[in-house]
Amino acid sequence: MKMLSDYIKSLAMLELLKGLGVTGGYMFKKKFTVQYPEEKAPISPRFRGLHALRRYENGEERCIACKLCEATCPAAAITIEVAPPRADGSRRTSRYDIDLFKCIFCGYCQEACPVDAIVETPIYEYHFENRQDAVMTKAKLLAHGDTHEAALADCIRADGKYR
Amino acid sequence: MTFEKFVFYLFAAILVYAATMVITRRNPVHSALFLVLAFFASAGIWLLAEAEFLAIVLILVYVGAVMVLFLFVVMMLDIDLATLRAGFINYMPVGALMALVMAIEIFLVVGPGNFGLDKMPAPAARPASYNNTEDLGSVLYTIYMYQFEVAAVILLVGIIAAIGLTMRKRPETKYQNPSLQVRVKKADRLRVIKMDAED
Amino acid sequence: MESLITLWEWLGQNLIVLQILIKIVVIVAPLMLCVAYFTYAERKLIGYMQVRIGPNRVGPKGWLQPIADAVKLMFKEIVIPTKANKVLFLIAPLLTLGPALAAWAVFPFSEGLVLADLNAGLLYILALTSIGVYGVIIAGWASNSKYAFLGAMRSAAQIVAYEIAMGFALVGVLVAAGSLNLGEIVRAQQSEAGIFGWFWLPLFPLFLIYFISGVAETNRAPFDVAEGESEIVAGFHVEYSGMPFAVFFLGEYANMILISALTALLFLGGWLSPLPASWVDGVFLLGDGIHWVFLKTAFAGFFFLWFRATFPRYRYDQIMRLGWKVFIPITIVWILVVGIMVVYRFAWFS
Repeated sequence: MKMLSDYIKSLAMLELLKGLGVTGGYMFKKKFTVQYPEEKAPISPRFRGLHALRRYENGEERCIACKLCEATCPAAAITIEVAPPRADGSRRTSRYDIDLFKCIFCGYCQEACPVDAIVETPIYEYHFENRQDAVMTKAKLLAHGDTHEAALADCIRADGKYR
Repeated sequence: MTFEKFVFYLFAAILVYAATMVITRRNPVHSALFLVLAFFASAGIWLLAEAEFLAIVLILVYVGAVMVLFLFVVMMLDIDLATLRAGFINYMPVGALMALVMAIEIFLVVGPGNFGLDKMPAPAARPASYNNTEDLGSVLYTIYMYQFEVAAVILLVGIIAAIGLTMRKRPETKYQNPSLQVRVKKADRLRVIKMDAED
Repeated sequence: MESLITLWEWLGQNLIVLQILIKIVVIVAPLMLCVAYFTYAERKLIGYMQVRIGPNRVGPKGWLQPIADAVKLMFKEIVIPTKANKVLFLIAPLLTLGPALAAWAVFPFSEGLVLADLNAGLLYILALTSIGVYGVIIAGWASNSKYAFLGAMRSAAQIVAYEIAMGFALVGVLVAAGSLNLGEIVRAQQSEAGIFGWFWLPLFPLFLIYFISGVAETNRAPFDVAEGESEIVAGFHVEYSGMPFAVFFLGEYANMILISALTALLFLGGWLSPLPASWVDGVFLLGDGIHWVFLKTAFAGFFFLWFRATFPRYRYDQIMRLGWKVFIPITIVWILVVGIMVVYRFAWFS
């Protein structure tokens, strides 16, 4: 008897019809697609996008060439060379390269930095046209930091109370 | 030359060409495909002879089913042509003799003696709405009923024999039984238990 | 208008070949457009069922998307594998598209509106759908690639298996209608019961089996093992690119439309109105007409897309089991039932 009812159930394709019902129902549900270039999804202040080097308010660059970021980088994407000490005795870098092909955007560099110099900005829309452009040099990193300082400051302030 | 004649000779030329290719091409897949072309050409000739049912059935059965299975087998085989051609010269005289005998037999059966215009006058012209499918059916299921059924039984025996020859149970091989797998219901496999959270 | 009609009649008497060519173009050109927009409908519908909105960038609401796709495929390079059999490799796509287009020759769009009113129309369509498999087999073999070959083997075995079930379902239709002529089959469905007089009701199991076999014949989800991406990449057309690939694509979608249209014709009453003729005779758009064929075809085509959005792929041995052990026995039993209904002049066949 049970076998007979099972046969009838499978011939009536009840389970398949149930499946069709589910997809058919979803067809009339509201769609939530974000129309990307016009609309953007909100991002967290901790978002880890393209890197930047920051400066103090007086224009002095923050990075002191301690190489903690280079040491902690799991992808070995950072290359730092130390400049000879300056007249005031402070240490600075002569070279600070981040290879974006290697970088995995884990954010360990900004966690390691004692002076909040290297940061990952909320900028995620960028592209290169040549392979060598994928290496962010010190000049590019500083310039990027200068243009986005206001946005960076907002992010750091918003995230500050959780740190 | 009327248009009809032209079409007939066109199809006939294709048919002869394709049939020659079937037995001369070295690649068996090409041979099989030329056989398909030969079937198409002969279906065209039958259409000219107003045997549209036979023509379409030729394509449906031979092109659509039989040749597909042929191709299946031929594509799977890795035929070594060198060994096949090794004995060609030795078998040549016997083969030629057989071919000659066959040709004479065919001539005797369907030659002008039996199928000339005087023996087989051209059928009367039919109206455009004439349908030979119905005629064929009524003849097949009344006058030739027994022959038809005997043919069906022979085919059935063939099917059973083919299955009997190829089906063998190998005890050491593990099988899946899709019927059993499909029949499984959610209730057979899944038990939902209500229980209090442990702390 | 008057002069156009006279010109048309003059063509019919003097240049009948040209007249037939014009008729073919009138059928095939809109069909190709339908194929293009069927792909758009597919992407939109599946998107909607997955709570997405589908393509909406090219042109207003994405309406130009199929044209953009076509242009893209036209400009792509045609790659022919080194050891492929060139002639067969290039013929194969045409062999899939050709039968799918040729079958429309006997398709009656409305009373008397048919290119070739063949008496054996149903057989003609069966024969043409059965040679569509050659494109797949030859493509798989000529590509000289193991994935393509495996895909071709799978789909050929599947198509041959389901063709039998499909053929038997059609036998039921021709027993019920008493004719092989597609127009006659539609006329046999005309009754005072309207939608309930069509063959889908007395032939319900055959209707389902015909449609599901049609899905399997066109290698569509959930029977798309021929292109199981996870195992054999894309099946028989892995090695194809550019225009030959596009022709395969056109063939697949043209076949889907053909199966939908035949379902509409054989089981859903073709150009007949779903309301009884005595109620709607002469009422604008409600009476019989060509628009019903289009509506019913679209309705059946919708199911192809709905299935694809819903069902996971069948396993290969389960497909074979379904075809040989479920569908064929059911069709044979129902042909017997239909035969009895016809002989004893049961409701629909009086």
